[in-house]
Amino acid sequence: MSGRTPFAPRHVPALRIFGALLHRDLTVARRDIVSLLVRTTMQPLLFVVVFGAMLPRMGFMQRGYTAALLPGILAISLAFSSLQSVTMPMLVDFGGTREIEDRLLAPAPTWLIAFEKVAAGVIQGVFAALFVLPLARLIMGPIDALSVGHIGAVIVVTVLGAAAFSAIGLVLGTAISPQNIGLMFSVILAPMIMFGCAYYPWRSLDRVPAMKVAVLVNPLTYVSEGMRAVLTPGLPHMSLLAILAALTALSAGFWWLGLKTFLKKSIG
Amino acid sequence: MTETLTTPVTTTAAASEPPPAIRTRKLRKVYPVPAGARRPGAPASPAPSPAGGIVALEALDLEVGDGEFFGLLGPNGAGKTTTIGILTTRVRPTSGQAWVAGIDVVGQDVVVRHHIGVVPQRANPDRALTVRENLLFHAAYFGIARSVAEARAEELLQTFDIADRAGAKVDQLSGGQQQRLMVVRALMHDPRVLFLDEPTVGLDPQSRLALWDILRGLHAKGHTIVMSTHYMEEADQLCQRVAIIDRGLLLALDAPAQLKARAPGGTLIELTLDADATAAAEAAGAAPGVTKVESAGPRLRAWTPRAGESVAGLIRAAEQSGREVRDIHLAPPSLETLFISLTGRKLG
Repeated sequence: MSGRTPFAPRHVPALRIFGALLHRDLTVARRDIVSLLVRTTMQPLLFVVVFGAMLPRMGFMQRGYTAALLPGILAISLAFSSLQSVTMPMLVDFGGTREIEDRLLAPAPTWLIAFEKVAAGVIQGVFAALFVLPLARLIMGPIDALSVGHIGAVIVVTVLGAAAFSAIGLVLGTAISPQNIGLMFSVILAPMIMFGCAYYPWRSLDRVPAMKVAVLVNPLTYVSEGMRAVLTPGLPHMSLLAILAALTALSAGFWWLGLKTFLKKSIG
Repeated sequence: MTETLTTPVTTTAAASEPPPAIRTRKLRKVYPVPAGARRPGAPASPAPSPAGGIVALEALDLEVGDGEFFGLLGPNGAGKTTTIGILTTRVRPTSGQAWVAGIDVVGQDVVVRHHIGVVPQRANPDRALTVRENLLFHAAYFGIARSVAEARAEELLQTFDIADRAGAKVDQLSGGQQQRLMVVRALMHDPRVLFLDEPTVGLDPQSRLALWDILRGLHAKGHTIVMSTHYMEEADQLCQRVAIIDRGLLLALDAPAQLKARAPGGTLIELTLDADATAAAEAAGAAPGVTKVESAGPRLRAWTPRAGESVAGLIRAAEQSGREVRDIHLAPPSLETLFISLTGRKLG
């Protein structure tokens, strides 16, 4: 057992370690799948029931609102599943249990551990969105404007949106103390959801011009509008090019910031 | 105070000679003044620095040989955890250098991690996984093939007597079992050096003794072990050499027996007399080898570097003052007495 002839390889490719880390996170996520879905899709689905099914039937909502709502609901599910699957374990790890320590001692550069967390967040976000899509469509009934024109564009917007929010999750998970989780939900996430163009298209904010500018600082705006651009391309939406540029910049910026706070938290 | 205490550092080792398991040169760590919460590894009773910041390590020079069982002994805030943190690539030194297996812990941290296994102060198993999965995923992070990892996990779980809990969630293990799991996990990739940071804190006496046995066994099989502790007894029982550190300074470094011989006054001889020992104490001062005498009620305490020579003289002194000796107790010098003499305070 002293094993002076080591059987463990003395060099391991980063990609292999990345694969092992991802395997760990997805194994854990799979076991926790019900909790993840309830946590991140319950609220948007309930919103769909009230605003996408009940109110239209009561005549309080115009026909066609569901077409504006569906992409927004998908955006919320995608964004907040991504965010939470990175933020929550980080808060627990760095806040107390230090379970991540074992992975930080893996023979890989520390940035790879953070990068893998973001990648796992993207996968979980996409999964949540795929879970919500058929359910929302079922609850709301037929949506005329729904047409997936270009599958490539759908994939790019989805992955970029999830990446931006995973990276935001990395920032929040490493910069906020666990005592402030409640505050994070009410001060950061709740306004983000309400003013993220998820429940109304950005173009329709022409009537509230100040808000039309203000929501541009909200990352969710670009995910919501991105979903509109690729799922209901016939309806008014922000330019796809602007959306892609914004999501790329947000992903890169928050990744850079998140990596900085992650390294600060993980190396003494 | 530190100059003569370190083992000489060989800078030009012969090519054939393997590098020492660990070497540090003028290792210094200053933590920035905490703005909010204190980071793990930062000292609990910090030594303030004039430049601002908390000095956890002043200038540490150490060398640990291959196969050695080495102890870092000191109270909380001494710099033990910081030292282990630096050597395990988890803390960046402010200045100075450190090598594990001849590899720079700062410049080549990724390579160093292949060679080290770490058992933390507080057990931190992956609670979302079972016992066996903890080991298999750890092995996967080190690129070990699944079949090899499974066999090794099985073997180690058997050896450390937790094989029957292999399928259990970590939370179902007792504290002692969790700490054993930490040792097993650290051994999965067969590290050259095993680091343990106060591994027995919070363990019940039985689990502590069990862990001691495990560590002795590992050392006997050739593992290099570096362990920090604030228990004198632990350092004394297990370690071949002990570095006593306090407030980021190395105060003494030697084998426990050697260190104890340096404890002031040497062995303590305590005589219990049939009545008050004051008069006997006055006469006892003249006994051969005795450096210090005191009395408390019927007890006469004398310190001597040569206990064998002094005992007869002490008994004679007691008898000459008209007392009868009821009991004699010899206490060999301890690390505790040395520590108190070096730092002026108690451990822990």
